[in-house]
Amino acid sequence: MLLVLEQTLNGLQYGVMLLLMAAGLTLVFGIMNLVNLAHGSLYMVGAYLATGFHQWTGSFLVAVPLALAATLVVGIVVEVVALRTLYERDHLDQVLATFGLILFFNELVAIVWGRAALYTSLPGWLSGHMLVLPGVRYPVYRALVILVGLVVAALLYLMVTRTRLGMLIRAGASNRTMVAALGVNIRLLYTVVFGFGAALAGLAGLMAGPIYAVQPGMGEQILIQVFVVIVIGGIGSIRGAVIGAVIVGMVDTLGRAFLKPMLSTVLSPSAADTAGPALASMLIYMLMAAVLAVRPQGLFPVR
Amino acid sequence: MRTTIRALLVGPLVGLVVVGQALAAETVKIGFITSLSGPAGIIGEHMKNSVELALDHLGRKVGGLDAEMIYGDDQRKPDVGKQLADEMLKKHKVHFVSGIIWSNVMLAVAPTVTQAGTFMIGTNAGPHELAGKMCSEFFFTTSWQNDQTPEAMGKYMSDQGLTDVYAMAPNYAAGKDMISGFKRYFKGRVVDEVYTKLGQQDYQAEISQIRAKSPKIVFVFYPGDMGIQFLKQYAQSGLRGQIPLYSVYTVDEISLPAVKEAALGQFETRYWSPDLKNEANQRYVADFKKKYGKMPVFYGAQSYDGIMLIDSAVRAVKGDLANKKGMIAAMRKADYKSTRGKYAYNVNHFPIQNFYLLRAVQAPDGEIVMQTQKAVFENHKDAYHQECGMKW
Repeated sequence: MLLVLEQTLNGLQYGVMLLLMAAGLTLVFGIMNLVNLAHGSLYMVGAYLATGFHQWTGSFLVAVPLALAATLVVGIVVEVVALRTLYERDHLDQVLATFGLILFFNELVAIVWGRAALYTSLPGWLSGHMLVLPGVRYPVYRALVILVGLVVAALLYLMVTRTRLGMLIRAGASNRTMVAALGVNIRLLYTVVFGFGAALAGLAGLMAGPIYAVQPGMGEQILIQVFVVIVIGGIGSIRGAVIGAVIVGMVDTLGRAFLKPMLSTVLSPSAADTAGPALASMLIYMLMAAVLAVRPQGLFPVR
Repeated sequence: MRTTIRALLVGPLVGLVVVGQALAAETVKIGFITSLSGPAGIIGEHMKNSVELALDHLGRKVGGLDAEMIYGDDQRKPDVGKQLADEMLKKHKVHFVSGIIWSNVMLAVAPTVTQAGTFMIGTNAGPHELAGKMCSEFFFTTSWQNDQTPEAMGKYMSDQGLTDVYAMAPNYAAGKDMISGFKRYFKGRVVDEVYTKLGQQDYQAEISQIRAKSPKIVFVFYPGDMGIQFLKQYAQSGLRGQIPLYSVYTVDEISLPAVKEAALGQFETRYWSPDLKNEANQRYVADFKKKYGKMPVFYGAQSYDGIMLIDSAVRAVKGDLANKKGMIAAMRKADYKSTRGKYAYNVNHFPIQNFYLLRAVQAPDGEIVMQTQKAVFENHKDAYHQECGMKW
């Protein structure tokens, strides 16, 4: 039972990482109608910049805001230089162009930092583990990731539902021609939304740095799961991204943890050994297929 | 009459074509396939750099002939690897295909190459199929059979009287081989064996399972980026101090700079280490450090050896690349200066070689390095050579 609790925390932690990525991606798609494959690159850039600033300043706490601000700037530059010309184009053109951006960013970080994974350390007070309940130990850093993720989700919710910017975002997602006709500077809105999405991806990346390997191509690995999240949640929907991320995080983690023991109660041990991991890694895609079959628009589509 | 004239005209032309081909064959073409992009790109970079260093040491010639290298990036995908192999065979008409990090890619590439009658010189992956039933006279490897290295670790751990092991590996050809090799020599109890997705980043769910099962020891195989992530997360979970971790192909000169203290004290088994004392190795390590500014890794040493093996074959047939029988006979002698020292080939063209125990220690300059402790196996043969039908 305690193990189930611990695995639920793991699932939640993975879910909030996906959430930070999915929020930006789904905003950009929903409002700007842009398929941005390079979203994972911004996650990678965030991780590299945080590591770089950490090594330069020697302080994790100083590196975090610097890296966030720098990723925001990178995001805005990418939007102005590369993506602005793509809004009116076909989705296939957007996929090709943003795939090009992935290659560009992977090469860029390889040139600047080399192909080897970077060493990232945590300050002492974050690197240990803590007692959540008697018998349940959890890494402090992962607990912090959950906390940050939940706070960001709450802020995101308040921003989208309670602020003028949120109103414009929601309006832009439903009918952007009308928003433009009402005199809103839609071009500026796009830049702000994209920069904001980039900063969220950067936040996910900088939090991922101390857990995963900071290396070229790290963004593509998470990107596929993020696409699964937004398809399940409903493309363009913030609420869908939040709930979809938690669902995918939980299903993936609990599947990896408990599918094999469950299968071994009905199958022979060797069959469970083979089928367990294979099924566990397919689980989120099967979930996506099921959602698409029943609700092609996703669980929480934009109305 | 007309036929005579035609014969007179055509004869010299045919002659010219034959001469033309003989001249064209003055270049040895080697296709080298590895993962150059994505998270495994660093391994590919080490391999490519070592190939270039081998060519430097050979004066940019292989077996006395001009050498042309064609590099290909398999992106860690079997289908891309196979496509590259086809392109190298048909478009570039290479004489040798070499490289390959991943066993699943190797299983797609090697048969493609050997069935075309072209040499495949593997420089990392050693899936058991190629050592046994699928062995080929055109396939040689300068690395090892997958099972061998974990066999050495299993033997060492048994000798230490260790038991209650939790074994983990990625869910693909090599992962399965590594665990079966480990179990072949490990006499204690295996609590559970767990396979994770190839390229998986987060192991926290599995680490929680380990804690719940509370085994006495954990044994893992996580090459490249997977190892970096596993080691970091294992240390962060606090299990490092509680349950000792033993591994193969997880702590190496690629992961050490990224994980540092999280690897300290780690045991590994390997056939090669930068501190092996032989002339070829000392030269390779010193020149690699001079040229690329970092420590080489076994992936590189194997790839360096691959070029040297090809060089010895081409040299033995005096540059006559059509003499494939002669080249096979030459390579079977393993008559070149290998970075692991002298070794022999088994009937299936897999090396019979030593396996050493290594430990991650802090060097006087503060860096963490792998240090050879002792030989676990001497002249160790793989477990599948009897299934191979080759006789020589």
